[in-house]
Amino acid sequence: MLRQVEGSKAVADSVAACRPQVICAYPISPQTHIVEGLSRLVKEGTLEGCEFINVESEFAAMSVAIGASATGARVYTATASQGLLYMVEAVYNASGLGLPIVMTVANRAIGAPINIWNDHSDSMSQRDSGWIQIYAETNQEAADLHVQAFKIAEELSLPVMVCMDGFILTHAYERVDVPEQADVDKFLPPFQPRQIMDPNNPVSIGAMVGPEAFTEVKYISHMKNKLALDVIPQVASDFQGIFGRSSGGLVRGYKLDGAQTVVIALGSVLGTIKDVVDEMVGADFAIGVLGIIAFRPFPTEAVRSALSKAKRVVVLEKAFQVGIGGIVIENVRESLRGTDTNDYTLIAGLGGRPITKQSLREYLVRACSDNVEDLTFLDLDTELVDREILREAGV
Amino acid sequence: MFQVRIHGRGGQGVVTAAELLAQSAFDEKRFAQAFPSFGSERTGAPVVAFCRIADAEIRVREPIMFPDAIIIQDSTLLKQIDVFAGLVTDGYALINSTRSFEELGISDLAHSHSRFITVPATAMAMEYLGRPVPNAVLLGAFAALTKIVSLHSVTDAINEKFKPKIAASNCAAATAAYEFVLAKVAAHA
Repeated sequence: MLRQVEGSKAVADSVAACRPQVICAYPISPQTHIVEGLSRLVKEGTLEGCEFINVESEFAAMSVAIGASATGARVYTATASQGLLYMVEAVYNASGLGLPIVMTVANRAIGAPINIWNDHSDSMSQRDSGWIQIYAETNQEAADLHVQAFKIAEELSLPVMVCMDGFILTHAYERVDVPEQADVDKFLPPFQPRQIMDPNNPVSIGAMVGPEAFTEVKYISHMKNKLALDVIPQVASDFQGIFGRSSGGLVRGYKLDGAQTVVIALGSVLGTIKDVVDEMVGADFAIGVLGIIAFRPFPTEAVRSALSKAKRVVVLEKAFQVGIGGIVIENVRESLRGTDTNDYTLIAGLGGRPITKQSLREYLVRACSDNVEDLTFLDLDTELVDREILREAGV
Repeated sequence: MFQVRIHGRGGQGVVTAAELLAQSAFDEKRFAQAFPSFGSERTGAPVVAFCRIADAEIRVREPIMFPDAIIIQDSTLLKQIDVFAGLVTDGYALINSTRSFEELGISDLAHSHSRFITVPATAMAMEYLGRPVPNAVLLGAFAALTKIVSLHSVTDAINEKFKPKIAASNCAAATAAYEFVLAKVAAHA
């Protein structure tokens, strides 16, 4: 139903429509409204047959999710920032054990310094965890991706992280066509687990593997993760068949025809980028946008194909690797291998710094003539930086 | 696109006001985006919320820096922060106050902008709700001042958001503020 609704509430209602059987939750901003919404739906009886477990920490949340998923339950949890870091040991176990848990990450910066605002440092830190990672551009897509996530997870028996920008999406109140129960039931069949922990039919899950087979286990995980490159588009196509709208998939191009410069990004900033690109195309710049929805597995071929005509790419990132630079750009370079496409990294929106159209446009106009550094921090206050460096040097 | 920035203090329903405004536009089959200035809101601390209204999908996610209208729920903020920052030349300002522009220290600004108005919203809230929560009152005034949404849509949004008893008193207060502004504007015309 079309509603004017907070992003978190739209996600809570969409997750509920997927009929999860166990939800374990520990509150952390900006994710809290999602699990609060779900707890109300369980308590009032709207979401039937679901056990809502208040746990004592994020580590417990993921541990309980693992246990519940291993018994054959459809499981959901959500977290952000330090909460995600606190559960990391269990996050890797969930993927290693092949448990189709769905988790929302309401993207938020990581301390220190403590910061509650949005960037992508949290989920990016888990890009090598073996989870599938998908990023929502809008609250409509966030709602839809959760419905798709359960199907992707269960089809591959792998956990899926649905990443949505904290505050910018979770706390925005906008128009969302929240997936209807009847449609979700048509789209998402009841969970058929691959194996179940059952005292009457005992199996070992997660036994030790030594050097003789560990490489093979990891190789198989890698191959299995990459199967999502076929499953994600198929699930998006099935979704469109039932819900009538395009959501999800691997990548989404915008005005790529004839674009010599392509801006690549993940998540909600794509909206602002598209507005800027519209203005620039209106002023005869040959510029387009490529949104990456699936970041893990990385859609190397889809990105390569989308960039085949580009002379240069700008990768806007809301996180970075200290000591090197961009994260996403290193993945994109796999798609540019063998080409002479120029690439530039733009770090923006760290710790909730607004990404404004004006700053973005000024940068992109320069980028269109290769007049930018390899690595730029958007709106960096160099005076503040210089002052702090002098202060630390005791000058 | 019409952009509104709402200033107030934690506890005055600033974020709710932005949501109600977005809901009003939605009820008129338009697109709207409401969002708070994200932070650790505390009672009494300055709070900002934003609302965009348009006839097409709203994609931009930057804060509103050049508002078409500003709603100030607490006039003590005038001395604390630059609430009028970026207001467009012919922009609207709706200020909750019983004082004159001179007394508020904004006479120059108010005279260069023809669309400034004060409304005694807290007093009206006390009269109709018995609580000093001016947000719904100001939305009624906003509908009269800007005509961006109708009073009917505002009261519909209030009825959707609140329980019947609270909704009824808020609707009555919003309607009174709507009529107050219409009368005030007519008197100045």
